[in-house]
Amino acid sequence: MDQGSAAGTGGTLISLSDSEQRCYSGLYALCQPDSSGKLAAGKVAELFRASQLPAETLHQVTEVCGAKRLGYFGCGQFYGALKLMAAAQAGLPVRLESIAGELPLPVFVGITNELEMRYPNQPLTNESQSHILGSVTGSAPRPPADRPVLRHPDTSMDKQEVWSPPQSPGISPPRSPSAYRSYPYGAQRNGTDTLLVYEAKVPGLPSVPQENSSPSHYSLRLQPEQPVITRVASVERLVERVEVDYSDDPWRITEEQREYYTIQFRSLQPDLSALIMGTVAKNFFTKSKLPILELSHIWELSDVDKDGALTFPEFCTAFHLIVARKNGYPLPETLPATLRPGFVEAAVVTAPPSEKIGSVDLQMTSRQGVTTKQEARDESRKPEFSPKRIPEPHEKPTQHVSTLKPDSPQELDANMKSRTRPRSYSSTSIDDAMKKVEEPPTPPPRPQKTHSRASSLDLNKLFQQSGQGAKSGWLPPPPALPPRPPATQIFSFIPGSEKSSQKVVQQPNFADFSKFREEQETSVRGGLSTEDLTPPKLDSTVVHQGHAPQKPVRRKIHPESQSATPPSATPYSAATLTKSTQRPPPKQKREIQMAIRKNRETNAVLTRLNSELQQQLKVVHRERVTLESQLELLRPVAST
Amino acid sequence: MAVCIAVIAKENYPLYIRSVPTQGELKFHYTVHTSLDVVEEKISGVGKALADQRELYLGLLYPTEDYKVYGYMTNSKVKFVIVVDSSNTSLRDNEIRSMFRKLHNSFTDVMCNPFYNPGDPIQSKAFDSIVSTMMVQAF
Repeated sequence: MDQGSAAGTGGTLISLSDSEQRCYSGLYALCQPDSSGKLAAGKVAELFRASQLPAETLHQVTEVCGAKRLGYFGCGQFYGALKLMAAAQAGLPVRLESIAGELPLPVFVGITNELEMRYPNQPLTNESQSHILGSVTGSAPRPPADRPVLRHPDTSMDKQEVWSPPQSPGISPPRSPSAYRSYPYGAQRNGTDTLLVYEAKVPGLPSVPQENSSPSHYSLRLQPEQPVITRVASVERLVERVEVDYSDDPWRITEEQREYYTIQFRSLQPDLSALIMGTVAKNFFTKSKLPILELSHIWELSDVDKDGALTFPEFCTAFHLIVARKNGYPLPETLPATLRPGFVEAAVVTAPPSEKIGSVDLQMTSRQGVTTKQEARDESRKPEFSPKRIPEPHEKPTQHVSTLKPDSPQELDANMKSRTRPRSYSSTSIDDAMKKVEEPPTPPPRPQKTHSRASSLDLNKLFQQSGQGAKSGWLPPPPALPPRPPATQIFSFIPGSEKSSQKVVQQPNFADFSKFREEQETSVRGGLSTEDLTPPKLDSTVVHQGHAPQKPVRRKIHPESQSATPPSATPYSAATLTKSTQRPPPKQKREIQMAIRKNRETNAVLTRLNSELQQQLKVVHRERVTLESQLELLRPVAST
Repeated sequence: MAVCIAVIAKENYPLYIRSVPTQGELKFHYTVHTSLDVVEEKISGVGKALADQRELYLGLLYPTEDYKVYGYMTNSKVKFVIVVDSSNTSLRDNEIRSMFRKLHNSFTDVMCNPFYNPGDPIQSKAFDSIVSTMMVQAF
């Protein structure tokens, strides 16, 4: 495509980056240009609406890009308009100067989604398309009043319904993640002119192509049960529901969100019924990088008892508002009814079991996180699975894992599609505990489902130990030799599903333990120390699991402490290892890979922490140097 | 009922000032400034350590032919000044007190907000709305 934008914008040369070019050309094609290059006004209007900018902004955009003058959108005007919309979405004023610089791609909800979805049954029914726009658009009952957006006369409600964009494969991958990161809160509001679809602003737009598929799975999932889908288009949407989810109300907290907030609350204040102090909350929410004024407003909205501290419901409210704001949704003047603590309380009946769920979730997360290859998203995984886990957590603690595990693979598969992790909430609890990157940032790139084929002897050995530990209970710290046979025997006894579940359950833990163990050179720290190591990781969950993980840990430690044993243990374990490897090689490999992945995650997180701390250290050093120099300056003066 | 409401910090700089006829703002700012002297005077006069409401409410500071100025000082030396139009049916003392009470409450709420640094200009929308209700009543 040419740099037609220059022409359209009154001479200001606007450069387009590659991704922008791809994106814009795709959108251009989407808007059904006719022979002379003019774009169909209806399509353009839909696109503009999909950008979720307020009507005034869109008017401005149209004006600035020159389409108003010309009366139609040519290539140049269109590109100019797209850039201006990107600027507007980034918060810049709609001016030509704004688009001179580097901008992220404009985000259009629904457009990119459709393209991303690659619906086979495309060309029609708004249903299929609007799967995000869906709740808003799809249905016929869109009074014209709802379309105040563009002054294009023909942009009447039908617009969206008719939108059957030729699935232009030209849309660049980065667009899809951006759209996918959104919460599609279905728009019911007949009075509003926004599409009421959340969109997460993608921080790193020129993002990894690999995100393409994975984000598509998670971004949009909200409340599976939301009645939004009662709309006409709901049927189609239900089909897609797996991937996309709506809520009637952007101000309603979904189950996953609530679970997530619970986790976050716990990270700040372990007791769910206690308060989070103002300063603590301030530091926490400041990490979301919202302007202080907005945070202040959010606080005012959420602290209903005006005590300067947040209870759990207030915290959920505040968090939810922050998430909404981050997704581009304007802050309300008053607290929406669904966010009031009273409302929240009613919904939080599950709070008490959440303790249990929390632990289970954490377990689940550690397991599934590994199995699903979402290192960073383990925590966010939890909310997704937790609702399903609610009935399960109450089973025998030892069998916890096993019973849950069989479900998880199917769950995982289902959830892989229904992945809507709009908030990546940056990875593991380490981040949360130490430093919060960004609250609803884009989820880190989902790793491919393929496992990295690597198996380490250690992990297998660990697995052995874990297997025996889980099954045989807390055996006295014996030399490594005796446990070995029981391990293998136990291993053979375990019924298939349980075995796999246990493996999966144990493996990640042991993966971590092994990592710590190796890193700390098999320090004789005893079970507690390893537990201490794990807490920062989300595998601290392991601790919650009861004694099962601990026992194997201790067992590992003891054999190691006994210097004589390791050497003997290793050959022995190798021997057993060979036996075990033959049995379920794929499972082990998978577990090993999961463990490796987890280790990598931890490494990445720790490296990041390290670099940050280094920087802080540098700053502090500098300050110290300046202070010392000042002191020296003062000293001679004082002495004289 | 007020035509101007101002919140002044301990160090006598304004945290928040708003007047209804926006064109006459300068006059009200000046009035509020001069009323601070009266406040100081009253404070030094009332040296007792009583901590009741009366202590906080300073009463009519300064009447002119056009308007009346009422003052209120919190325990942390933050002053509220309300300027009311004399032409209004003169407000009862209780009404003025209740206005100050509302102001004080919403000021406390602003203070409770951890994102608010004491000494910053008050930008809270809730506070604004409270003030608006008090001022809109004037019309």
